[in-house]
Amino acid sequence: MAQLNAKIPEGPLAQKWTKYKASVKLVNPANKKKLEIIIVGTGLSGAGAASALGELGYSVKSFCYQDSPRRAHSVAAQGGINAAKNYQNDGDSIYRLFYDMIKGGDYRAREGNVYRAAEVSNQVIDHFTALGVPFARDYGGTLDTRSFGGVQVSRTFYSSGQTGQQCLLGAYSSLNRQIKKGNVTLYPRREMLDLVLIDGKARGIITRNLITGEIERHSAHAVILATGGYGTIYYLSTLAVNSNPSAAWKAHKKGAFFANPSFIQIHPTSVPQLNEFQSKLTLMSESLRNDGRMWVPKTKGDKRPANDIPEDERDYYLERRYPTFGNLVPRDVASRATKERCDAGFGVGETGLAVNLDFRDSIKKLGKKVIASRYGNLFHMYKTITGIDPFEEPMRIYPAGHYTMGGLWVDYELMTTIPGLFAIGESNFSDHGANRLGASSLMQASGDGYFIIPVTINNYLSDEIRTGKISTDRAEFEAAEKDSVERINKLMSIKGKQNASSFHKKLGKVMWDYCGMVRNEEGLKKALVLIEELRKEFWSDLNIPGTEAELNQELEKAGRVADYFEVAELLVTDALNRKESCGAHFREEYQTADGEAMRNDENFSYVAAWEYKGAGEPHILHKEELHFEEVEVKVRSYK
Amino acid sequence: MKLTLKIWRQKNAKAAGGFVTYQMNDVSPEMAFLEMLDALNKKLVEEDKEPIAFDHDCREGICGSCGMYINGHPHGPVPAITTCHLSMRFFKDGETVWIEPWRAKPFPVIRDLIVDRTAFDKIQFAGGFISINTGGAPEANLIPVKKEDSDNAFDSAVCVGCGACVAACKNASAMLFVSAKISQFALLPQGRIEARDRVRSMVEKMDELGFGNCSNTGACEAECPKEIKISNIARLNREFYKAY
Amino acid sequence: MSKVVFASISKKFTMALAGLFLITFLPVHLAINLMLLKSDPVPFTQAAHFMATFPLVKIMELVLFATILIHVSYGIYLQIVNWLARPVGYAGGSKSETSFFSRFMIWTGATIFTFLVLHFFNFYFVKIGLVKGDPENFYAMAHGLFKVPAYNYIYLICFSVLGFHLYHAFSSAFQTLGLNHRIWTPVVKTVALIYSIIIPAGFAVIPIILWFFR
Repeated sequence: MAQLNAKIPEGPLAQKWTKYKASVKLVNPANKKKLEIIIVGTGLSGAGAASALGELGYSVKSFCYQDSPRRAHSVAAQGGINAAKNYQNDGDSIYRLFYDMIKGGDYRAREGNVYRAAEVSNQVIDHFTALGVPFARDYGGTLDTRSFGGVQVSRTFYSSGQTGQQCLLGAYSSLNRQIKKGNVTLYPRREMLDLVLIDGKARGIITRNLITGEIERHSAHAVILATGGYGTIYYLSTLAVNSNPSAAWKAHKKGAFFANPSFIQIHPTSVPQLNEFQSKLTLMSESLRNDGRMWVPKTKGDKRPANDIPEDERDYYLERRYPTFGNLVPRDVASRATKERCDAGFGVGETGLAVNLDFRDSIKKLGKKVIASRYGNLFHMYKTITGIDPFEEPMRIYPAGHYTMGGLWVDYELMTTIPGLFAIGESNFSDHGANRLGASSLMQASGDGYFIIPVTINNYLSDEIRTGKISTDRAEFEAAEKDSVERINKLMSIKGKQNASSFHKKLGKVMWDYCGMVRNEEGLKKALVLIEELRKEFWSDLNIPGTEAELNQELEKAGRVADYFEVAELLVTDALNRKESCGAHFREEYQTADGEAMRNDENFSYVAAWEYKGAGEPHILHKEELHFEEVEVKVRSYK
Repeated sequence: MKLTLKIWRQKNAKAAGGFVTYQMNDVSPEMAFLEMLDALNKKLVEEDKEPIAFDHDCREGICGSCGMYINGHPHGPVPAITTCHLSMRFFKDGETVWIEPWRAKPFPVIRDLIVDRTAFDKIQFAGGFISINTGGAPEANLIPVKKEDSDNAFDSAVCVGCGACVAACKNASAMLFVSAKISQFALLPQGRIEARDRVRSMVEKMDELGFGNCSNTGACEAECPKEIKISNIARLNREFYKAY
Repeated sequence: MSKVVFASISKKFTMALAGLFLITFLPVHLAINLMLLKSDPVPFTQAAHFMATFPLVKIMELVLFATILIHVSYGIYLQIVNWLARPVGYAGGSKSETSFFSRFMIWTGATIFTFLVLHFFNFYFVKIGLVKGDPENFYAMAHGLFKVPAYNYIYLICFSVLGFHLYHAFSSAFQTLGLNHRIWTPVVKTVALIYSIIIPAGFAVIPIILWFFR
């Protein structure tokens, strides 16, 4: 395999994107209609790309597993969306946003891509505002912003605690317009089962109609994956329970490299697991840390109710360890500090796997009304789930798997190592390095979908105008369909005892225990053994009642769980390979005396892109060295 | 605690359905309603019986996937939440729980508790958008919006499209859903430009799909998990009259 | 144009307007009826005569009948559409919190319509000569009817039902016309409550007094 070529344009950082746009090949409007593009996923990036490409005149086919594009999990993002507008006159700029992302990502992201993401962020806000997204506003009628996720400027645009929902519905509305115009054809309740390659190029997908069970073939001149991340690998996470990495994984098995899979962000503030049946960890927005203080009792195993513990017996551990940033340290730092306290036996609640997030002092200072206006909906949600009123008692929270910085390797054009296969949004690896800054996922997903892919894809498609319609009768489609059917039959024929979720739950526990917030070599090696055992158990004891020719949610789940085992294996392999601590990836062997992460820039300043070599074969590592021309690589400190 | 579940089972859109009774003997009050169904499904699969099909995804009350009619209420007896947020602590030991799919002609049952809600999407396709091309938007602060209008638009825009309003309405009317979208755009200057065409097309599509008529009963407002108000329906009516 | 005519909202708009017109008519009718309480038949007879002969009233009468017809036929049509929109009902019933009387509008409406038919046989058809009787002697006819206990029961039940119907109809019409307001909507609701008690009570008071106290 040749050296990975990221195709970063030459020239100064600030001019790369402008220069690229000026020199990219274009497709004649008359030819666009003849070119078909498949987009899998209808979240912010997928719906954005589908509508933007539809507007350009391409024939777009949009797929999602949900019954409606509006349900994609971008909908659940709470806090906000960043942009370098500098509306507050607080010294923000594209460069500063870029710098914060590079630093927040612990110097494991590509300068060129990150700068571009910061650059298009302003256009994203303009576009959403024009689409009627009701962002919060000031009394003068202009847009309001808030400070978010450990940065020192106020650049986060928001719609109460439902920014993701509002942005996604904005994207959904622009998608609706293209559907009405006939530029986009929607295929809901479809699951992508395989990617079809013809002469090495991505030419289509195989899907299962989730209502009828029918296996379908869809062809196109290019395929865009906008399928999100793989955080559900932990079973319990802040993700939608049906979010899954299967589509990206199928692409990986067809030749797309998978980059930095071990970079998974653990969000510090989620509702903790309350019981063994729990299927989901609900996120409590990071914004709560603006006014909430995190603490545990100073005495181990102190079981008194939180309000009975006097001030001098409380350990505000974030404020103690990080006096400068206090409760506002980045997510990875906060999560690990919480885990450290709980592991040391200071955790609260019945399980001891929770800490207090206390609003007492803020309520005293600002009044109940102000706190209610800022967090009313979150407090209400917390009370609904737990029965505890955060106005009266501290919330109990614990970290949970949240966002995957890793994903399919893409170049500057967002194309994977398979020609004609693109990955956008969370499904690619490109912009967040080893840790994502708060409110930058909506920003990146929208930027990728609306403003980047509609430009870069032309470069590829301009060579496809003579290809003509691609027939789904071709042998490659037939073979891919046969593989998909065989795999379904294999799953159906196991006829064991347990349901797919049971295996997912067990796998999730292994991953959380050994490849979660804190990792070490011994644990990771043990995880590999346990994953293999579970995988064998899965393929011999799974049961799927019913048939494949009907709506069968057990079959859907089983197909995804089967992939989780393989993803998990690669994730652990990557974590083992990366012998350093950076961002969300924390290896116990590599830490400073006071427990902070220790990066190894000499040996690991690279993107680990993994190539699939076939079932049972070890993955091959390709390194894309990272070069920092604009920023000085420093030790990240929030003390 | 022990519960008797009466659950609607229907193999597919064409099959006849009926209620099947399930006994649950070890329900924990800490479970969420959907987790209680997960537990039942796990048991069913272990007995090699087909599990109950139901839509669900985010399980944090925002995607709008889940929705079942529980003991006479869409999303169960607790107001202002979706089914996924319904906790079992709201049920009594020994209670009988009726679980049914949404019932409306435009929402045909697909299987068990899953209904086809694409009718909602069709209404949105008809006009639920502002026609602006990517890249053509003006600088965001060039469109000032009164804070009050913006906040009201947001209150309408929080609709998750679950369909509880239709399920609750004795007439299976979709007016609350349609009015929420109409209101969001009607309250914003960006949306005013196409207000006329939007309300015409969306109402026409809504009628064509076979939803019932609003009789101002207010069940939709009472059951909406996002507490969308029927004042939106009055606004929809106004917008509709203005459009002709 | 046909789109607007056949739109569901237009039909409801028409129904609401028709309903509000009928609401304005009821006090007029009540005012005349209250004259029945006078032991002197002359004022009532004069009023009835005026209503039967004054040209403008004659025109209004036609408008009134057309309004009733529209209100009733649209009501029936919309109800059928509503029933068709939910072919399968809920085994668990509906326990949603709603404005109570709004659930039974078609039935309260049907009751009122039935009474109206009865009323027409008793009076209006007499006036236009379809049914035998003396149109100039409605005072005596009314007094006669209010001596029949069965008629009084029917009358009182129907007017309670009218109250139920009016209570929802009054504020509902404003909502349908798009006339809602932060301050005025609660006022409309209060007026609706007062109106829907006073009007039926006013009608009901006549047989009660005549029956028990005369």
